Amino acid sequence: MTSDSIDIINAFALLTNFVILPALSYGSQLALGALAVTLVYSVLRFSNFAQGDSMAFGTMIVILLTGFMISRGWTISGIPTALLVIPIAIVFTSMYLLTMDRLIYRHYRKIKAKSITIVMSSIGVMFVTGGIVRFVLGATAQKFEDGERFIFSVREFKAYTGLEQGIALKTSQFLTITIAFLLVAFVFYFLQKTKTGKAMRAYSDNKELALLSGIDPDKMVQITWLLVAALTTIAGALYGLDKGFAPQQYHLLLLPIFASVIVGGIGSPIGAIAGAFLVAFSEILLTYAYKKFLIYLLPLSMHPSSLVQLIGTEYKYAISFVILVIVLLIKPTGLFKGKVIVDE
Amino acid sequence: MAYLEGKNLVASYGVVPILHECSVEVEKGELAVIVGPNGAGKSTVMRVLLGMLEASSGSVTLDGKDISMLSTQDRISHGLAFVPQTKNVFPSMTVEENLQMGGFIRQDDINQTIEEVYALFPILYDKRKQLAEQLSGGQRQQVAFGRAMMTKPSIMLLDEPTAGVSPIVMDEIFSNILDVRNAGMAVLMVEQNAQQALNIADKGYVLVSGRNEHTGTGKELINNPEVRKKFLGG
Repeated sequence: MTSDSIDIINAFALLTNFVILPALSYGSQLALGALAVTLVYSVLRFSNFAQGDSMAFGTMIVILLTGFMISRGWTISGIPTALLVIPIAIVFTSMYLLTMDRLIYRHYRKIKAKSITIVMSSIGVMFVTGGIVRFVLGATAQKFEDGERFIFSVREFKAYTGLEQGIALKTSQFLTITIAFLLVAFVFYFLQKTKTGKAMRAYSDNKELALLSGIDPDKMVQITWLLVAALTTIAGALYGLDKGFAPQQYHLLLLPIFASVIVGGIGSPIGAIAGAFLVAFSEILLTYAYKKFLIYLLPLSMHPSSLVQLIGTEYKYAISFVILVIVLLIKPTGLFKGKVIVDE
Repeated sequence: MAYLEGKNLVASYGVVPILHECSVEVEKGELAVIVGPNGAGKSTVMRVLLGMLEASSGSVTLDGKDISMLSTQDRISHGLAFVPQTKNVFPSMTVEENLQMGGFIRQDDINQTIEEVYALFPILYDKRKQLAEQLSGGQRQQVAFGRAMMTKPSIMLLDEPTAGVSPIVMDEIFSNILDVRNAGMAVLMVEQNAQQALNIADKGYVLVSGRNEHTGTGKELINNPEVRKKFLGG
């Protein structure tokens, strides 16, 4: 870094490694969570505050099963064991969510409670779920990633390209982005093209008319929870593989997830995904220290002496809050014109 | 015995009594109209016939069979279809998807029926890829009819199909209803525009406070001085 020439390629490599790849994978994790919140909102008519802790629950099952598999030596070299146990974890999470629905939400649907009442009960579910996770796994952070850590590492990348700045692609990042893409594609295909998916949209659009068309409301609710369980478990497991697992961290994910949903337009699946990437990129772009990046791009005389970091990383949750407030003030229906919550 | 018969229906919302021994009936290929002042229980009759509200006494029979105990969904699969007054389409779905949802309970191929609906309402074919919320009031009403016809019903119940539309659209809707009747279906409708509705009706019921006040053919009711004075504005 002694030369004073402008080096765009290395600057871009640096940005890819520290901003673009992390934001893409974080955005994918948020997108899956946001899609789950959107489905619950559209079909069950409430904002699910238990989403973050449900993700912790799904991840807890993944961690327990991973431990079991490793202790038995049932692993495939190179592949994170967590990936293998996700399908079983989804089954357990589905059972948990369906039980919660049976015990709590169904009652409020039956008495046609206002949306806000159900939201409050979901806060109760949030605390119970968080409690279960802490009871079983403890509150401390843990890692459960095994297998190959990198698709390619910084050193390999440097050796291959001869660049001064390396880019590493972590296995967890690669898996996150690919799996999230496939899962989102599946959910959209399901909602747009299949008879059951269309019935779910019909039920979300107009409950009474859906009933008059012979669509079974109980079945719609169950299918919604199954989809939500899949999205929730996968989002949680991918986030944990990427950043490690800590119950408090998952609990706090609720904020960026809600911000994503509201930025995109609540009730709009496309909006939830767009919103998730917007929140993820804002968080990382605003908390990244640009010193090295600018050194690559600016002549020597203009090199910054400070870190050039707009906001400290400890304030990253504030960014979601600010985005939330700005959207609610300026465009409450969000980017993709979602529904504004109205009690019927 | 008439094709669809609601006999001596008594019903209430909570503790508020709405229907007192109210009876209506309609034959296949016949258009029956229920008129009456606000709060007379017109829409409630429909809800009871459809099983969306439970009657505390009285019976509903379809083709001689008692269907009083059946759920709404079962009555739909027995040939009843209902077009509600408002919220009668799936707004964020396309016209075609609305029709597909109408045929949700059918196990056989529904494309034939979709073609029949397009033949009856050609404009819907042109708009089949558009969202229902983007259509005009009259077109949306056609989607609502089309959706209800997807189960190949033998009887259609319509709740104030012309509420809130312009006179031109109203004529259009009434002509749609006559088309449906002429296709051999029984049609029972609740209407605010009593004069126009009785004009095209084969049979009419004037409901007051949940009781049958007058019954007769459309013509008889229009020519009845008492009905004219009280309900048709002289």
